[in-house]
Amino acid sequence: MSNERSERRPVGGPGPGPMGGRGPMGGPMGGGPMGGMGMPAQKAKDFKGTLKRLMTYLKPRTPQLAAIFVLAILSTVFSIWSPKIIGKATTAIFTGAIMKMKHVPGAAIDFHYVGQLVLFLAGLYILSALFGYVQQLVMAGVAQQTVFDMRQDVDEKLARLPLKYFDSRTHGEILSRVTNDIDTISTTLQQSITQLVTSLVTILGVVVMMLTISPLMTLITIITLPLSVVVTVGVAKRSQVHFAAQQKELGLLNGHVEEMFTGHKVVKAFGHEGRSIAEFDRINGRLFDAAWRAQFFSGVIMPLMNLVTNIGYVLVSVVGGILVTRRSIEIGDVQAFIQYSRQFAMPITQTANIANIIQSTVAAAERVFELLDEPEEAPDRADATVLTAPRGEVRFEHVRFGYKDDVILMQDMNLEARPGQTVAIVGPTGAGKTTLVNLLMRFYEVQGGRITVDGTDIRDLKRGDLHRLFGMVLQDTWLFNGTIRDNIAYGKEGATDEQVVQAARAAHADHFIRTLPDGYNTVLNEEASNLSQGQKQLLTIARALLADPAILILDEATSSVDTRTEVHIQKAMTELMKGRTSFVIAHRLSTIRDADLILVMNQGRVVEQGTHRQLLAKDGFYADLYNSQFSGADLDAEAV
Amino acid sequence: MTKLVRFLKPYSLVLTAVVILVFIQSITNLYLPNLNSDIVDTGVVRGDTAYIWRTGGWMLLVAAGSAIAAVVAAYLSSLVAAGFGRDLRSRVFSRVESFSLHEFDKIGTATLITRTTNDITQVQMVLLIMLRMMIGAPIMAAGGIIMAVSKDAELSLVLVVVLPLLVGLITFVAGKGIPIFKALQVKLDRLNLVLRENLTGIRVIRAFDRVDHERRRFQEANRDLTQTAIRVNQLMAVMMPTMMLVMNFTMVAIVWFGGVRIEGGHMQVGDMMAFIQYAMQIMWSMVMMSMMFIMIPRAEASAVRINEVLETVPEISDPVHPSPASGRHGHVEFQDVTFSYPGAEQPALSHISFRADPGQVTAIIGGTGSGKSTLISLIPRFYDVGQGKVLVDGTDVRDMTQEALRARIGFVPQKAILFTGSITDNIRHGKEDASSEEVRQAAVTAQAAEFIAGMKDGFDSPIEQGGSNVSGGQKQRLSIARALIRRPEVYVFDDSFSALDFKTDARLRAALRKETAEATVIIVAQRVSTVMDADQIVVLDDGRIAGIGNHKDLMNTCAVYREIVSSQLSEEELA
Repeated sequence: MSNERSERRPVGGPGPGPMGGRGPMGGPMGGGPMGGMGMPAQKAKDFKGTLKRLMTYLKPRTPQLAAIFVLAILSTVFSIWSPKIIGKATTAIFTGAIMKMKHVPGAAIDFHYVGQLVLFLAGLYILSALFGYVQQLVMAGVAQQTVFDMRQDVDEKLARLPLKYFDSRTHGEILSRVTNDIDTISTTLQQSITQLVTSLVTILGVVVMMLTISPLMTLITIITLPLSVVVTVGVAKRSQVHFAAQQKELGLLNGHVEEMFTGHKVVKAFGHEGRSIAEFDRINGRLFDAAWRAQFFSGVIMPLMNLVTNIGYVLVSVVGGILVTRRSIEIGDVQAFIQYSRQFAMPITQTANIANIIQSTVAAAERVFELLDEPEEAPDRADATVLTAPRGEVRFEHVRFGYKDDVILMQDMNLEARPGQTVAIVGPTGAGKTTLVNLLMRFYEVQGGRITVDGTDIRDLKRGDLHRLFGMVLQDTWLFNGTIRDNIAYGKEGATDEQVVQAARAAHADHFIRTLPDGYNTVLNEEASNLSQGQKQLLTIARALLADPAILILDEATSSVDTRTEVHIQKAMTELMKGRTSFVIAHRLSTIRDADLILVMNQGRVVEQGTHRQLLAKDGFYADLYNSQFSGADLDAEAV
Repeated sequence: MTKLVRFLKPYSLVLTAVVILVFIQSITNLYLPNLNSDIVDTGVVRGDTAYIWRTGGWMLLVAAGSAIAAVVAAYLSSLVAAGFGRDLRSRVFSRVESFSLHEFDKIGTATLITRTTNDITQVQMVLLIMLRMMIGAPIMAAGGIIMAVSKDAELSLVLVVVLPLLVGLITFVAGKGIPIFKALQVKLDRLNLVLRENLTGIRVIRAFDRVDHERRRFQEANRDLTQTAIRVNQLMAVMMPTMMLVMNFTMVAIVWFGGVRIEGGHMQVGDMMAFIQYAMQIMWSMVMMSMMFIMIPRAEASAVRINEVLETVPEISDPVHPSPASGRHGHVEFQDVTFSYPGAEQPALSHISFRADPGQVTAIIGGTGSGKSTLISLIPRFYDVGQGKVLVDGTDVRDMTQEALRARIGFVPQKAILFTGSITDNIRHGKEDASSEEVRQAAVTAQAAEFIAGMKDGFDSPIEQGGSNVSGGQKQRLSIARALIRRPEVYVFDDSFSALDFKTDARLRAALRKETAEATVIIVAQRVSTVMDADQIVVLDDGRIAGIGNHKDLMNTCAVYREIVSSQLSEEELA
């Protein structure tokens, strides 16, 4: 599966919010979705360090967090306290009822006492709910603001990273750090942190309360604990195997779908629909096998846990009942105890779950921090020079450069382009022609020597100012999800409609744009697949035309445009190139014959430079390259 | 969502079993508090320890039975959910495979992939959760109410007050929440889109000095997302505590009114204790049911997209009574063909008429967007013409089955597409029962044998997805070999030599000429040198024919052709 594909998130995936589907909804009978159970968790390399650093993000919000913790604890304590009070009320009613049954004169339920208890309870519940509400309300702000900051940090970091970083990584990898990883952090902050606090307090509180009721019954309840651990761990382990298998088959299936759909034309042309479907059904069948097993094992955890809880419940009922008959505890205590024992299992499973979640969260945070720690571009100089009226004179002086320190591609390269000149860069594929662009635009830093524009070292200019001197049309035609008009206008802030149409006309794009359903208002889809490669190229040319720069860089600009259209573009370009320094990279020798200077590149190095005539006279690499086109054409004529 | 329910039909028996099992599980779960109340009312009050033990044992059995029912239900519902996913996936995939290129253009390849994969997984997930919890919830609620009423009908009045309150609360929150949740997803997608564009366009953004502009765009999207996320979570913050409050107040009310009832001698303490537990179960079932309102809209979006695919009928279908092909082999004829892409202002092709005969090479040349690729897409009937006719072997392509039509054509697309598998597999794609000798021969003709021999495993060398481990030129040659092995009547090459260097190009065409002597060859090309020696050259300009003839004729008669030629060949070459 390509990375572009894997970064597409399923709609309604685990977004931030309590309905993300992984926070189990607690309840007396249990039975939450438990989506995350049994799935393997990722591990961080430096757990402690990353956790500490994650905390620094929360530091500015310490007061809120402190409040959240206090509120969570209070809310939990209150809710733990209440069963005990209900128990008291039950006991009071029970005693009264028993006395009455025994016909003790004047016996009655002490409603005054029960009433007091009930009022007290109501107060407790209201406070508990209020605290719970305020706590979650504050947490929403804290969690989302933290994540907002983190996303901003990442985005700003991305703007400061050198091109080197982006060239050596897939987009999917970077995207996943900003979206999936930060999402994970967001969900954890929103739900799991307070849940962890609540769970721990609940466990502690419940044990204390149970002990005050009956140490014996507490012991019985705690005995069921290892049983639930064994069940959970055992089943979870088995389900992990099947989850992994499911993931694998799903990957294969997605790969097949992607391949068949992108190659639909060929599948159709060769009548291969049947075979493609047969293969799909085979993978689909295997996916089914893995999927139902994975789902079964993860689905069986809850009923088994329920069984363990129920066994505890039965034991408590029986032992409690016997203890009441022996008058060692009160009936209301049994009632309270039952409630406690039911509250007991939930936070334990939850804590185990959260431990897993925190592990993957820290791993996610680690990946985000790794990105934030990448070395940045050298900052602009504070006393940067400003070129007010750029003439476009470009010089390379003793430039030394290599993508890796030990593989030097340019050793002492010199070059001079006078204002208005055209410099052609030629060479076979992979000769490193884009290296020159990378250096000119300061996407990469030279390792020795310097590059000047109008006599000024480009390192003494602000990057933004430097870039504004150049207009470029790159090999990869980048367009964004917006209208055609907006895409062309990207070249110049505040461009008028008139200017946009004019640029499109000059780039010979006007005609095809008007054949589109909505003309200039046609919205390009995400992959801009509603345009052909050549059409996209024309749009990027229009964009560069509109930008009206001092220096032009045309990188294979017309490679996807047929030669006739190229002639038209060339005409517009010649007009545009008047008075501007231009660097043209092209395979087609015909387009660069008239260049003032030709740089011949091979294997990353500039091997020759000069004019067309000079280079032909030299009878070197260029002459070879040029003549191979002829011999090709000759051979062609013989062959056919 | 409801439209997808029909895919559950084959599982109706299993589903019934799941419902019954869940019913058993719910009843047993409700029965436990009942037994517990017996312990209190009979055992404790009388001090009958033996009775307590006996009832305890009985409770254990009931709990075990409940667990067994739950496990079997989990087993069956996993089977149903996974089976449903499998069936649906298979149906959607076969449907998409039947689509013509038009449907692909209309819906979009990327979203078709998402619909066949993620969307179905999403629906399957929701179905599983529904089977696991949603079925149980109403049964639990109904059972709880029956038990509660049978314990004490008058005390049940408490529930009459509380339940509408709870339902009202849930409806209120869900009503407010669902639109915000939808908005949240939209905003998340928006943020991802901005980010992805920032990554793919980094050079352009920096070159045009629009970094600040992009940063603002990101911050805007980020802030928008954050605000919505805060709103969602604040709304949800109300949900839980309020629900707990309602439940707890119910409990308090039961204790108070229960006390009154006990005082009046209408019920026993154990009954009251059981009653509390019934009430809790009823209310939790309500909460579970409310989850359904949250889950379903989520799956709904996916379901709508899936349905859209299932309901899209391919525009191109086979005729009911296909005409038998006539004896003439390989004739291709366009009769006054006009074609527009749906919604386009101007037709992509207008009034195209020409003939391509066997043993001849017909070349098609023209500018970008002049309609070359569109024209040849009409031959294998990837699209249907608007007006006029396309004839193959004298029969209108719409009167043949697509299979019969395409079996006559060897198509080499502009973008060489290879599939995962070995090199042999890829070439055999053209003819499944081809012998290894045929495969080898096709590779030799396509000038691919040499580089294949240079690979580690020769013809068994694996091709990675999208052919990423071979160069563009190698891909093109394999894609040509794939067409050659079919030995079709009509060859269609859509600018298929562009990635080859001049020498290979020439050698390949020399070899092809021998191979295709009997067949009709239609070549779309950009290089004049490729088309110069064709028997017939069709010059396209803005979707119209600007000239037909051989190189010499066209040089004299066709201005557009002359322009193309002079743009590519220098004076020396023309001479």
